[in-house]
Amino acid sequence: MAQQRRETIPHLPTEEQYLNCIRCGLCLSACPIYRESLRETDGPRAHVVLTRKYAEGEIDISPQFVDIMYKCLDCEACNAICPVGIRPADLAMEMRQVIHKAKPQPWLKKPIFHGYFPHPLIQELSVLPLLLYQRLGLQTLARKLGILKLLPRQLQDMEHMVPKLPARPLRQVLPEEMPPVGEEKHRVAFFLGCFQSTIFAEESEATVRVMARNGCRVITPKAVKCCGMPAAGYGDIDLVKSLARFNIDLFLPLNPDVIVTDCATCGSTLKHYAEILKDDPNYAQKAAVFSSKVRDISEFLMSIDIRPPKGEVRARVTYHDPCHLVRAQKVRKQPRDLLRMIPGVEFVEMKESDWCCGSAGTQILTHYHNSLAVNRRKMENVRATEADIVATGCPGCQMQLHMGANHYKVNVRVVHPIQLLEEAYRREEADLGKDSPTGE
Amino acid sequence: MIEPRVIKELEAVVGKQHVLSSPEDLIAYSYDSTFEEHKPDIIVNPANTEEVSQVMRIAYRENVPVVPRGMGSGLAAASIPYSGGMVLSLTRMNRILEIDEENMIATVEAGVVTADFQAKVEEMGLFYPPDPSSIKHSTIGGNIACNAGGPRCLKYGVTSDYVLGLTAVLPNGDIIKTGGKAIKNVTGLNLTQLLIGSEGTLAIITEAMLRLMPKPKHARTAMAVYARLDDAAKTVNAILLEGVVPATIELMDDTTINTIEEYLHLGLPTDAAAILIIETDGSDEQTVLREMETVARVARECGATDVRVAQTEAERNELWRGRRSVSPSLARRRPNKLGEDISVPRSAIPEAIRRIKAISEKYRLPIVVFGHAGDGNLHPNILFDKRDPDEWHRVEQVSAEIFGMAVELGGTLTGEHGVGVLKQPYLELALGKTAIALQQGIKKVFDPKGLLNPGKKFPAA
Repeated sequence: MAQQRRETIPHLPTEEQYLNCIRCGLCLSACPIYRESLRETDGPRAHVVLTRKYAEGEIDISPQFVDIMYKCLDCEACNAICPVGIRPADLAMEMRQVIHKAKPQPWLKKPIFHGYFPHPLIQELSVLPLLLYQRLGLQTLARKLGILKLLPRQLQDMEHMVPKLPARPLRQVLPEEMPPVGEEKHRVAFFLGCFQSTIFAEESEATVRVMARNGCRVITPKAVKCCGMPAAGYGDIDLVKSLARFNIDLFLPLNPDVIVTDCATCGSTLKHYAEILKDDPNYAQKAAVFSSKVRDISEFLMSIDIRPPKGEVRARVTYHDPCHLVRAQKVRKQPRDLLRMIPGVEFVEMKESDWCCGSAGTQILTHYHNSLAVNRRKMENVRATEADIVATGCPGCQMQLHMGANHYKVNVRVVHPIQLLEEAYRREEADLGKDSPTGE
Repeated sequence: MIEPRVIKELEAVVGKQHVLSSPEDLIAYSYDSTFEEHKPDIIVNPANTEEVSQVMRIAYRENVPVVPRGMGSGLAAASIPYSGGMVLSLTRMNRILEIDEENMIATVEAGVVTADFQAKVEEMGLFYPPDPSSIKHSTIGGNIACNAGGPRCLKYGVTSDYVLGLTAVLPNGDIIKTGGKAIKNVTGLNLTQLLIGSEGTLAIITEAMLRLMPKPKHARTAMAVYARLDDAAKTVNAILLEGVVPATIELMDDTTINTIEEYLHLGLPTDAAAILIIETDGSDEQTVLREMETVARVARECGATDVRVAQTEAERNELWRGRRSVSPSLARRRPNKLGEDISVPRSAIPEAIRRIKAISEKYRLPIVVFGHAGDGNLHPNILFDKRDPDEWHRVEQVSAEIFGMAVELGGTLTGEHGVGVLKQPYLELALGKTAIALQQGIKKVFDPKGLLNPGKKFPAA
């Protein structure tokens, strides 16, 4: 049976990925989901054991099996803490691919929603991940995860995920090319993420302007497609690959020095293209070049000769480490350095700054109670800092922190670090009576 | 199989979502930190002592075996439900009920994670010393049930030295309270100490009263390198004779050092026969420094070829990294490891290690030896691949020889992991028939039907 499964099931994790798990249980201590549910079945150790049992033919894919693999936040805290080098979060993600391919019947093919999203607010919020999933043809999968069974309180919480939506997506507004202020030192291709374009437009505008102020020519290809993370989250690896190939073909001909993104999630996926396409003879090499050029905005700014702003932002600021930045990209120091560079900022560390906020993209939709419970721990740590502002470079985290600040009544403003840098530059420019760069 | 009407009854006590029985759940509660596994029929997660009592009443009436479980980090298979029946998981009972600063006593539920508890009391300037290496992923209840130790035992003692009182539920559902906040207490037999280390065979421990200490403010750490194993062993006694009681004296043998180096490249001396990691701590910085000077001098006098004293916190962490890297590097070498836990008189350590090396050669299986040299508690870890039946057979032979050797040298089978089922075949060797029969008799008083963690710690009567 085991051998048979290995031969017939595509994307089955290899034996090396689980065999040496000593079942010590250390991963349980780091898992945000386990630490709330306190149920072994939800923890990383169970991901490893259940993957093995599935591969060995002892169990089949059941609704509960699917739920266990989908409950994982993919925050990678278990990957980081495992003394042996097992990566339980990766196993959960890879089992989603297996689930996606296997399409077990019939519970997956439940009848299509009756009457689409019944609440108008949901439709407005479809700019949220849902829209992406629709565009990507993933709604069938999203549906089975119980999005329809939303609770009234959940709707209220979701309303507080987003401060205010931009009138037009940034993709339509941003100039295709922003010239540098002064001498050109870097040729940057900017990867405008979906969330950044449709929800956090102000942030990416700031990102582009800050780079222009620091000697960058910033090219923003308008045809950019989703990085592929949502598709990866739902196990559709073929779709991820096709998006990767598209974006590589779009960006490499621009001949950029670097490809910059201000979204932690996009960054982690783009850096992963090399791995995703390593077996594609036509793209392996291009993907490697592409991934090697990708930088998170804080990583990029701290690697160049950035000019510190002279304007002040007077605030007590704390920082939340996005999982996709601190673990997936090992970017921990740069965002903090960036914040400390701003005059007037009183930087204060929060406890467990790299503990997942519970967002994981869509968990507030698919696993509302888990997501809220994980978020409580984060918001209490934010509260304890008495900070005016919590900065974090990930739109998913920002939405979750917005929601959490409202739900748990924490009086804190949620921003991307780049926004504070932008504010400082703007204040400086206002003091000098100068205009900010617009690209026009 | 548990009858549906019994399941309904259990659900009525703890809530439907806290009774689990899907195939995935049964697998997830079938293992601990060993390679053993056996599925239960049902998992029940109670929220408090009262619920535990009601659950036990039902199980007792229905003759359902009950196996208590914390975070499943045990190393002797003591929480594996070989009997089937019910796993009683205490992880939801994770409240710290009281920290009485005046009496320096904390009252906690069994499911509190030990590291969380430790961090909480340390915020208040207090200290809970027991530090099993599973501290982040084990519970106070599990620590008490197995009488967990750790490196700091040399100076501070083991879990049992900190338990003043317990709340426990008997197999029939009755709730008992033992001990209390009074430090001196000879009222009746000492049931608290009887339950500690009983591995869930006598009663379900649900709450504990724990003694706290003031937190030591300063610590110093050194690494001493030896070309001869006997010199390392000599050092331990010489330090104690000088009147210094270090918090820890940890030993790693040459196989351990080389295994760590091979996988992690920390820059450890691979030609050494042994390394000691020694830490002194206390409230007065000058005293701690002076003690460390004595330690370094004595180590050199005993033949250490190199003694490195950490000057900064970073250097201190670097020294500890070597010790903490032992288990991970072992697991990278072979798919399975069997971590033994023998305890021998301090003076017998070199002889014990020499004999283990001979056993390793005889059965062609790598065995690394590390452990707590200060108290004679050694962890020979046998590395193997369980999928190879011949290797597994040899592992069993190796275990038998190691246990025989430990007892012969005046020691015993297990210092801090527990007997569980893995060490039961050797129990008579260590205890003798009469002592085992006596323990079986005690078990019968607590658990006449033999339903609580059956077949663990000692053979069922």
